[in-house]
Amino acid sequence: MKRAWIAAGAALALTSGPALTQDKTIKIGFVSTFTGPPAAIGNDMKNSFELGLEHHGRKLGGLPVEVIYADDQTKPEVGVQKTQELIESNHVDFVVGYIWSNVLIASLKPLIDSKTMTVVTNAGASQFAGELCSPYAFSTSWQNDQTPAAVGLYMNQKGVKSAFLIGPNYAAGKDMLAGVQQTFKGQIVGQELTRWPDQLDFSAELSKARAAKPDAIFAFYPGGAGVQFVTQYVQAGLKGQIPLYTAFTIDDLSLPRLKDLAVGVPGAQEWVNDLSNPANQKYVADYKAKYNASPSFYGAQTYDAVGLIDSAVTAVKGDLSNKEGMRKEMEKANFKSVRGNFRFGNNHIPIQDFYLQDAAKNPDGGYSLHTVATIVKDDQDRFHDRCPMK
Amino acid sequence: MLYFFEQFLNGIQLGMLLFLLAAGLTLIFGIMDLVNLAHGSLYMLGAYFAATFADWTDSFLLGALLALAATAVTGMLLEVIAVRRLYGRSHLDHVLGTFGLLLFFNELVRLIWGPAGMTLSLPSEMLNAVEVLPGLFYPLYRLVIIGVTLVVAVLMYLLIMRTRLGMLIRAGASNREMVGALGVNIKLLYTMIFGLGAALAGFAGLMQAPILTVQIGMGENILIAAFVVVTIGGIGSIRGAFMASVLVGLADTVGRAFVPDLLHAFLSESASSSLGRALSSMMVYLVMALVLIARPEGLFPAAGK
Repeated sequence: MKRAWIAAGAALALTSGPALTQDKTIKIGFVSTFTGPPAAIGNDMKNSFELGLEHHGRKLGGLPVEVIYADDQTKPEVGVQKTQELIESNHVDFVVGYIWSNVLIASLKPLIDSKTMTVVTNAGASQFAGELCSPYAFSTSWQNDQTPAAVGLYMNQKGVKSAFLIGPNYAAGKDMLAGVQQTFKGQIVGQELTRWPDQLDFSAELSKARAAKPDAIFAFYPGGAGVQFVTQYVQAGLKGQIPLYTAFTIDDLSLPRLKDLAVGVPGAQEWVNDLSNPANQKYVADYKAKYNASPSFYGAQTYDAVGLIDSAVTAVKGDLSNKEGMRKEMEKANFKSVRGNFRFGNNHIPIQDFYLQDAAKNPDGGYSLHTVATIVKDDQDRFHDRCPMK
Repeated sequence: MLYFFEQFLNGIQLGMLLFLLAAGLTLIFGIMDLVNLAHGSLYMLGAYFAATFADWTDSFLLGALLALAATAVTGMLLEVIAVRRLYGRSHLDHVLGTFGLLLFFNELVRLIWGPAGMTLSLPSEMLNAVEVLPGLFYPLYRLVIIGVTLVVAVLMYLLIMRTRLGMLIRAGASNREMVGALGVNIKLLYTMIFGLGAALAGFAGLMQAPILTVQIGMGENILIAAFVVVTIGGIGSIRGAFMASVLVGLADTVGRAFVPDLLHAFLSESASSSLGRALSSMMVYLVMALVLIARPEGLFPAAGK
């Protein structure tokens, strides 16, 4: 399978780069999940990356691109092994991707030790923003705490006095529940971390939430688990009783499955498909035309990675050994991001706005997410002080 | 008190789901002496069929009935084409063979339905909670699961204890050669049992689909719990499977609902929460260990074994 990818990437690189720089290509290793239900996320990221490459004529900074896709199977131990393979056997110039915080944490050591240029396009582990930050690693997403912290601010605005928090028991789940507590001023009446990734029935936890009688429930359930959680929340008759606030639970991938159940459940995000900047309009329209689906934030962040890498390679005029030069250019975030322009903090995590988003039914019978308001402007994660880079 | 009762219902409901899965498993394991890891695949197929047919017919009920028939037919075809070749071989061969089938079905589902998973939507009147006791609301659909499974359990009992087919099944379990010598078509009998087991697995899959999910590999986690149920209940015993299902369902729910809070009474916050989570995921296996120490054959060992 992997050999086929390499062959396909090589073939594309050859056909798109005639005569000029035949001998020189950029090798990009792309680590994401391509098996099991989370493959829906991985495919959205891959589709967006491919679309980004097409928008650049499959050349970044003038050099033809070869992409090697690697499947982490949602497992940290597989993720680190694939990362090592990309660095040591494939000698890639860039590593891009990572959905899961626990997979990223496991894979950080080989990335940092080998000083491989890295663009993380989703996972936002607090360690990566803090003590494990690296001069050569950048993020086009966020630090985990930021999105739930924005939700917490919105809950304050809505006058929520008490909340019950629930999420899965892994690195990101812990970050998320900590994040909402950073900003939420009300009382936390209960907190649950459920088995991950195999627990899909939340009846006992929803009963607990109901018994705690909070003003609101905050939930973080990424991917397919979000569909189950919201469905069971509605089936328990809680939708009319205790409002639900979410982070990364309702997205463009889960919405077609949740449909009406998701309408009226607010969430926060740094990117929504209806943001009106030209780069985003082009990305969303072309994605829909090519793949007949709406892109998600996972895809948008990955699409941005293409622009970021292009800016770096252009700045060093294709000299991929000049890592210092690429790093300095990337720190400027000098490309057209689909979320609108942003800058990087000292730890290479974006300083950016977070929006309130809402799901609504369209006149044509479909469902889509909409930007309602800006919750917080130029938000910087709270771990940047722990990063030794200044 | 109401909260306790609500958690009790949660436990019963989980138990009912496990029973549907374990009943088919214990039939096949007990009567045909076949370790069937592909049972979870039939559970997955039931859910995928139901989601697809419900989409075509625009009716949850019609979709469920069609899916039930389709899973039974798939099960019988599977038995004739592949599983039949495994009888009389060692359990290790069973595990290898049916594990291969499990991988095959996962890939087949990915090719046909794609990796994203599907949704089986409930009719809107089911999307609600009803007041079971004053002040206690419980999801209507979960009550339906409990009710329907009890009906299935009674039907199973009648089928096995009161019909000719049931008599043959019981006879086949005790002494296969003798039943064959008496002129009963044992091959056909086995195909039918496998089909029945498949239908039960498919039924479990489609019943849980609106609550949990319709996705690849959905049968694998719950299959482990179903094997625990079969072991606790006594291999081949439907009655044992029923009792053990309720026991395991309650143990799992009680573990998740009360153990962390209980520990919190005499441990610090962080210690009790991490220990509580660890303990609550072990509860089911602790129960199994205790039962097996007291009764190594399970709660209700099948007669003649």
